[in-house]
Amino acid sequence: MQIYDTEINSRLLVGTAQYPSPAVLVDAINSCRCEIVTVSLRRENADGSGTGFWDTLRQTGTRILPNTAGCHSVQEAVTTAQMARELFRTNWIKLEVIGHADNLQPDVFGLVEAARILCAQGFQVFPYTTDDLVVGEKLLEAGCEVLMPWGAPIGSGQGLRNPDALRGMRAHFPNVPLIVDAGIGRPSDACQAMELGMDAVLLNTAIAKAGDPAAMAQAMAQAVDAGRAGYLADPMERRNMAIPSTPILGMAELA
Amino acid sequence: MKITVNAQDHEVASTTLAAVLLELEITKPAIATALNSVFVPREERPATTLSEGDRIEILAPMQGG
Repeated sequence: MQIYDTEINSRLLVGTAQYPSPAVLVDAINSCRCEIVTVSLRRENADGSGTGFWDTLRQTGTRILPNTAGCHSVQEAVTTAQMARELFRTNWIKLEVIGHADNLQPDVFGLVEAARILCAQGFQVFPYTTDDLVVGEKLLEAGCEVLMPWGAPIGSGQGLRNPDALRGMRAHFPNVPLIVDAGIGRPSDACQAMELGMDAVLLNTAIAKAGDPAAMAQAMAQAVDAGRAGYLADPMERRNMAIPSTPILGMAELA
Repeated sequence: MKITVNAQDHEVASTTLAAVLLELEITKPAIATALNSVFVPREERPATTLSEGDRIEILAPMQGG
């Protein structure tokens, strides 16, 4: 899978928040062999814990995708992205412009505006968006080369609320990398996203809040691989009625 | 001069962003700065002069999803 100018082998992207400890986070990353992890920026603490986290994460050898989580305005998101670029030394930015405090739904108007500004400044923008096709088109026009539609609200673990819309995105944007971001709760959700033809999934809480995060990370990776293989194998069409799989021809008369 | 750093009020003697960071003993390299909501690159901190009431944000890497 190619995202911007980078070839990626793992189709599972993992967030780094909410783990019981840094050691558990590292175990989970190693367990699922993900190549990309998301990080954030927050106010520097007096104890320098941010630096410690950064040192731990760098040892994993993963590629960093900084986010603008929590930003509710274009100005906030753009400034945060610029700070992230300097801090993490990457042009990648997972762009979030949150529009609603309750469901953390993207403000798609602000998102497109921020994406346009950041793409013009040389960022490679990963926009956290809805499954709206028109918004997707606007983001591509702004310069984005990947789209990250939500599956369900962030951290909800509800799975894919609208699989038909994601299927529609796949059909409408056949050559654009699509990454389901947010809402995955279980391996079956990740598998379903991949069966629909998504190129990857990004999840955090489903692993971090599992009873055994490392085991769940591995299960998610397997689910992503299975779903991708299933998509490529071209699943059969659903039928409304039963059709016997065992041949009728040659049936004995035993009644 | 009264300024705000990460939402905390401070009375500082320094007049540039770089000097304020030193005065407040914020010396870790893994930080990024913004002045009044505008990003200030590391190399511009020494020449960035401050005014009364300025708002500085100092951010560091943090866990995120």
